[in-house]
Amino acid sequence: MTALLELRDVEARYGQVKALHGVSLAVDEGRIVAVLGANGAGKTTTLRAISNTVRRSGEVRFAGRPLGRRGPDGVARLGIAHVPEGRGTFAELTVWENLRLGAYTRRGSLGADRERVLSYFPWLAERRHQEAGTLSGGEQQMLALARAFMQRPRLLLLDEPSLGLAPVLVTEIFRIIRELNEQEGLTVLVVEQNAHLALQVAHSAYVLEVGRVALSGPSAELRAHESVRRSYLGY
Amino acid sequence: MSTVAATQQNRPLRLALRPVNLVLVAAAVFLLVGCLRSEIFAQQTVAGLAQGAVYGSLALALVLIYRATEVINFAQGELAMATTYIAFQLIEWGVPYWAAFFATLAIAFVLGTAIELLAIRPVQHKSVIAVVIVTVGLFVLIDGLVTWKWGGDIKFMPAPFGQEVYHWGGVAISRQDIGTLILCVVTVLGLWVLFRFTKLGLGMRAAALRPAASALVGVRVDRMLAIGWGLAAVLGAVAGLMTEANQFILQPSLMQAVLLYAFAAAVLGGLESPAGAVVGGLLLGVFLNLVGQYVHFVTAQLRLPFAFAVLLAVLLVKPSGLFGKRTVRKV
Repeated sequence: MTALLELRDVEARYGQVKALHGVSLAVDEGRIVAVLGANGAGKTTTLRAISNTVRRSGEVRFAGRPLGRRGPDGVARLGIAHVPEGRGTFAELTVWENLRLGAYTRRGSLGADRERVLSYFPWLAERRHQEAGTLSGGEQQMLALARAFMQRPRLLLLDEPSLGLAPVLVTEIFRIIRELNEQEGLTVLVVEQNAHLALQVAHSAYVLEVGRVALSGPSAELRAHESVRRSYLGY
Repeated sequence: MSTVAATQQNRPLRLALRPVNLVLVAAAVFLLVGCLRSEIFAQQTVAGLAQGAVYGSLALALVLIYRATEVINFAQGELAMATTYIAFQLIEWGVPYWAAFFATLAIAFVLGTAIELLAIRPVQHKSVIAVVIVTVGLFVLIDGLVTWKWGGDIKFMPAPFGQEVYHWGGVAISRQDIGTLILCVVTVLGLWVLFRFTKLGLGMRAAALRPAASALVGVRVDRMLAIGWGLAAVLGAVAGLMTEANQFILQPSLMQAVLLYAFAAAVLGGLESPAGAVVGGLLLGVFLNLVGQYVHFVTAQLRLPFAFAVLLAVLLVKPSGLFGKRTVRKV
């Protein structure tokens, strides 16, 4: 079986500064894969290399085909939803317009999807005419998930969903990610600093250190791994 | 949660009580009472609305570009003038006025997108000043091309709405003014529907507000910008054709003063606000007409300085314009 997403020796740079020094990773269909690492390890850049919003070299394959020179909008049309750093909320638009933008790559009626999204996030219904920028951080993170879900992606790229949120909300968000994965079969590549939580939810993980994959394996193995415990789990 | 729900419920009330809206309501009441009491006043108000609708259309074109590309397109007026010449040429070739009118709108759309593709896109990510200079260069280029092709002398076009004047009591209103007003309002409403209710419109708004996030959800940002420039050119073409119809003459300087009024209207409305541009244009048109009527030292020569005096006064009180939002940034 070939992986849904495969990175081979991917390098990326911002101007003169190299941020990724040859990252290889694979995400199988139906899995949640986490990318862990400290600040500046290249986690966000890895996602940006996939959606081609950073200058990259090396090969990125999706569903067996190289992504080539497709821009971010082209990558989105292939069925990859990317919730970027800062959540990519359209703050000036309403909640419902944000959801419609999530479904921008699709044709046809959105009624059924809307119902399904509302079954995960019922509170969105009463807020649908509210400007998205007036939502709290946690609500915006859930809106970002809902927006990505409206795209009906084959692969969801999530950048630090826990950033800036209260622990209760973070748990809630990871619970929903797990639910989307189990019930909808959504494949997820999630970047996360909170290794403890990410390893509970993800099936497997990669640990990045200064732009390289330092460790990888099933979550259970990594949780038991001596250096992961010391560096990222803190016990 | 409950406080949010409460503010939601009070929203209509709070909207109505905003100072800007109070000012607008006061202005509307003032105009209405004036129109009922004086025939001259009514006549000048309607003429002013027609004039203001033209300013508003061109102002809206400026705002569309400003929101998408973050520059004032100094060539907007000259492009409007050039498209009016294209309509003139079509009519010279024997095309009926309204066929020429709609053909010109289509040509304007193509020209607008072409300008974005060929002149703006290559410099867009360099710097704002580079884009501004390109638009100034386009101003000179278009002006030169039109003068070279059609000459600088005065041309005449048929009157689209005829020369009729209606009389209601003692109020004389020309068909031309009513036609201009209706046409501009329909154009603006059409654009509003496009932006508010269609997927394309949503994509264009998203691309203008958040280009990076828009690309990630699959919006073709470059294409949206080009379409935006095309639509702005269409608005300009309507403004140009209606300006010609009001002045009865066509010459290369057709839109130069109108562009300045439109700029004043756009800033008055808040520069970021499409509704503000239209309302600003209407207010400016009516105001200038009434001042010209009742304040005797304001002659035609003083219209433009007076428009800018008003603009200055408004900006001193409300620097973000009538409809502008004060930007609050977290640091």
